[in-house]
Amino acid sequence: MNFKITTRNLLVAVLLLMLCALPLFAEKFYVQLFSKILIMGIFAMSLDLLVGYVGLVSLGHAAFFGLAGYCAALLSPQYEAGNFFVSFSAAISICILFALLTGVLALRTKSFYFIMVTLAFAQMIFFIFHDTKIGGGGDGIYIYQKPLLAISGITLLELENFKTFYWFTFGWLIAIYAFLRILLQSHYGHALGGIKVNEHRMRALGYPVFWYKLSAYVIAGSIGGIAGYFNAIQFGFVNPENISWHTSANVLMMVILGGMGSLHGAVFGASVFILLQELISNESMLGSFASHWSLMMGFFIVAVSLFLPNGLTGLFSRGSKK
Amino acid sequence: MSEFLLEAQELNTRYGSSHILHGVNFKIRYGESLALMGRNGMGKTTLIRSMLGLVRPFSGQVRARGEDVTGAETYRISLMGIAYVPEGRGIFSSLSVKENLLMAARPGPTGKKDWTYDRVLDRFPRLAERLKNGGNQLSGGEQQMLTIGRALMTNPDLLILDEATEGLAPLVSREIWKIVREIRESGIATVVVDKNYAALTAISDRSVILVKGRVVFDGDSEALNGDSELIAKHLGV
Repeated sequence: MNFKITTRNLLVAVLLLMLCALPLFAEKFYVQLFSKILIMGIFAMSLDLLVGYVGLVSLGHAAFFGLAGYCAALLSPQYEAGNFFVSFSAAISICILFALLTGVLALRTKSFYFIMVTLAFAQMIFFIFHDTKIGGGGDGIYIYQKPLLAISGITLLELENFKTFYWFTFGWLIAIYAFLRILLQSHYGHALGGIKVNEHRMRALGYPVFWYKLSAYVIAGSIGGIAGYFNAIQFGFVNPENISWHTSANVLMMVILGGMGSLHGAVFGASVFILLQELISNESMLGSFASHWSLMMGFFIVAVSLFLPNGLTGLFSRGSKK
Repeated sequence: MSEFLLEAQELNTRYGSSHILHGVNFKIRYGESLALMGRNGMGKTTLIRSMLGLVRPFSGQVRARGEDVTGAETYRISLMGIAYVPEGRGIFSSLSVKENLLMAARPGPTGKKDWTYDRVLDRFPRLAERLKNGGNQLSGGEQQMLTIGRALMTNPDLLILDEATEGLAPLVSREIWKIVREIRESGIATVVVDKNYAALTAISDRSVILVKGRVVFDGDSEALNGDSELIAKHLGV
């Protein structure tokens, strides 16, 4: 890899530094808003691995998001902080298990049918939590205290502190970005790219396509779970809406907005989506029109998909795309 | 070990209600070079696809290295040392030339590593000049070279080339024929499908002609080349 100092790289470095320093100068509200963006960025990257790199469009990705969230809530004792390591690893394990179970079945289908099957699985999970008392039914459950990140009584990070929480999620976003970047540039990643272009040829070359797709599905599911876990502990609240198809559709829109098949595009898409949602649903700015924010969001997404087939990142990488 | 690398016995294949292959028997020995001929729609590609598990035959048996692989997963058959260069080539457009090649790299089923990345580039200097190019930025001939190179990277014992020179300029076709001859001389068995019967019979040991899903000729290529009547009857336009 050769790294050159270009205006673009400089801009990215400045942007990263600013994001890193954000809690030092911004108000609590904005730090929390950006934490949310970081979490949704992780979520969008996980879906982009499937949609943009393997060509598997899932409309049930929120199942992982919600499952991990419920896991965080159910494993937190009511009046004291839970153990981060326990609930986090449990949440991710559940997501891996769910991905394996549903992936084995869903990956037998293709294109439109894959969308419907993933949606169906997510809806099942939705109704399990919505219609039973496991997670407080439709009302959801609260996490009163964020889990404690401690080893043998020594607290490593105080996640209750909104600044620490921001830096913590920021670190995770960078780590997951780097992990996926390395993964996609590896032999494995190239094989996924080959599967996206032509599955038959990959089989003829001797690749067990199904296992490649299943492993990608599991990786995407567990990263989706990481986002869901952080989302749950940030807001201290989980409800079935986290699993609903709205959540799946929103994250898909983030990926499309940013540009499919680009990891930073997914993060960028998530940022634009959330900031725009914040802006156009702001009543003090737009008055009663703000209640129709989803209409404006719809127009915006239609416009982006019509005029920018490579998403918003296509604006910047024009001509420099390999 | 079986005498045959790949064989089909009494193969019947249907697409929906249309019966394409009618009890086809097909065999290829280790190191043998075979021409598969027939007019359009006679079942050549269907025969290949049925043997490679891309289409499930309705009845009959496919054996690779003596092992029953009827309806087995394509990738398993591929791992037995059978490489397939399909019609239409199928370059991975999202990958560069280099990535296309490296993705296929693996030792053959018996562990041989005759074809390395360097050797493929050595044999296809035009690819070496375009390593960083995307797969879809290549000309038709270069794409065909890339798919052949990619297939060789798997160190196969059998290379199946469907429509080897379809849509290529005469000069490029000549280059492809030269490569096929070299592959054959290196000891890799080949099954080649093409419209250029003269070139095809010249580089193969044996020829098989399919007419309406039935084998009507299976014999020496040289003998077929001398039999202009037979060629006109089954292959002439």
